Amino acid sequence: MDKISVETPKDLSGALEIMSKSKLTPLAGGTDLMVQQEFGSLKAKQFINIWNLNELKGITHTNDSFRLGALTTFMEIRKHKLLKQKLPMLVQAAKLVGAIAIQNRATIAGNIANASPAADSVPALLCYDASLELTSTQKKRIVPLKDFYLGYKKMDIQSDELITAIIIPMPKDNPTIYYQKVGARLALSISKVCFAALVQMQSGKLVDVRISIGSIAPTPLRLYKTEDYLKQKKLNASIISNAIEQLADEIKPIDDIRSSKEYRVKVSTNLFRNFLESL
Amino acid sequence: MSKSQTVNITCTINEAQYSFELPPLTRLIDVLREDLQLTGTKEGCSEGECGACTVLINGELTNSCLVPIVQMDGASITTIEGLSQKGILNKIQQSFWERGGAQCGFCTPGMLMSTTSLINNLSTDEIPSEEYIREWLSGNLCRCTGYSKIIESVSLACEVNNG
Ligand SMILES: Cc1cc2nc3c(=O)[nH]c(=O)nc-3n(C[C@@H](O)[C@@H](O)[C@H](O)COP(=O)(O)OP(=O)(O)OC[C@H]3O[C@@H](n4cnc5c(N)ncnc54)[C@H](O)[C@@H]3O)c2cc1C
Ligand code: FES
Ligand code: FES
Repeated sequence: MDKISVETPKDLSGALEIMSKSKLTPLAGGTDLMVQQEFGSLKAKQFINIWNLNELKGITHTNDSFRLGALTTFMEIRKHKLLKQKLPMLVQAAKLVGAIAIQNRATIAGNIANASPAADSVPALLCYDASLELTSTQKKRIVPLKDFYLGYKKMDIQSDELITAIIIPMPKDNPTIYYQKVGARLALSISKVCFAALVQMQSGKLVDVRISIGSIAPTPLRLYKTEDYLKQKKLNASIISNAIEQLADEIKPIDDIRSSKEYRVKVSTNLFRNFLESL
Repeated sequence: MSKSQTVNITCTINEAQYSFELPPLTRLIDVLREDLQLTGTKEGCSEGECGACTVLINGELTNSCLVPIVQMDGASITTIEGLSQKGILNKIQQSFWERGGAQCGFCTPGMLMSTTSLINNLSTDEIPSEEYIREWLSGNLCRCTGYSKIIESVSLACEVNNG
């Protein structure tokens, strides 16, 4: 009963068919699952191998949006010319996921669905207003990434659904971006902060501001209150210090690791200050 | 009680074809080292951090400790044993030999696989910067050399490749 089994369907519809009948854990690049399996922390025993499903591969775009197949690897992202130009923070994130051999296997949907608060692609994707396409035999639905995480490792996804694609609106202007990852992976659970922000200025005013931080709360956060405070403002010393206070207020650091709570807030506010002062 | 599942997998390893019947999550590294006695591929951390187990799968640099055999049906795998031809070191191995890029040797197979992939990914006549080399090898840890001899070896390998 408890023995490990893996189904390998030929195509997406076959995969969804199997998933509609039994609860199976999708196995993509395996960079999270195989580590958990090796170290005995994986509860799942029954898997569905999706690594070869062509319907989940490839990056396409229209004038309005990008569509990244669920199996898009970080290596594919970092090599993609138009992504480099249009979604540079996502490309920066991709380059920082592990090293080359990891980037060749680690998929974007796997990074999202592993639901680590430290997933490096997520703050960038949140700033770019990404949505997920979730597909089952019954239906296809689109969930904004900002609504996808319901709590620590809790997601708005049913057991018969796969993430089939990530949809990202095509940025219209050429915003100023800021993407910083602080802290090494090995020490990740104690010291990492991942900060992503994007700003569009018009005659000295901030007309668009988006800020997202990973590793600071049970899920990566978009900081809407701080964004709202800054919108339509011209920056000066007092606006910057108010914004920093607002940000410190809005982030709720993971407080089961108390010793590092202050550190994380400090790193986040320092990064935020650097960013604002660079504008 | 049901029998535990096994899967039938056929793949190419160093240009020879093999078929296996194994539990689906058997790690590629275990197949290489235990079933095939290809012990040039090393196991350090077992979690994708050290690069000692690096191989090429369909030409792409991969940590064999993280790959389940169920995903290898039809794949073409190159291990360190596939680099030399008839016992003669290839140009990359020769460069490591000349520049002292190996000390204890534990990380060396992985370093050589990463260098192979680095060179395969260069465009014609491209000379990679040191920064580029360091990034490409950043998934390979070495406790002996302090890396500079390794970087020199890789640089030499790139030059030889171009010349
Ligand atoms: C050495 C090492 C270094 C790393 N460094 C970083 C880092 O710096 N930053 C970072 O963010 N991450 C890092 N990671 C983790 C990163 O590799 C993963 O999060 C990766 O992106 C997961 O993708 P995968 O395809 O390998 O997922 P898998 O391991 O196959 O799956 C991960 C989870 O996602 C689910 N899943 C996968 N695909 C789908 C889908 N289409 N629909 C629904 N559920 C799905 C699986 O069921 C599983 O729960 C590292 C991992 C390793 C081993
Ligand atoms: S043993 Fe595979 S990366 Fe260390
Ligand atoms: S030569 Fe000994 S670990 Fe690199």
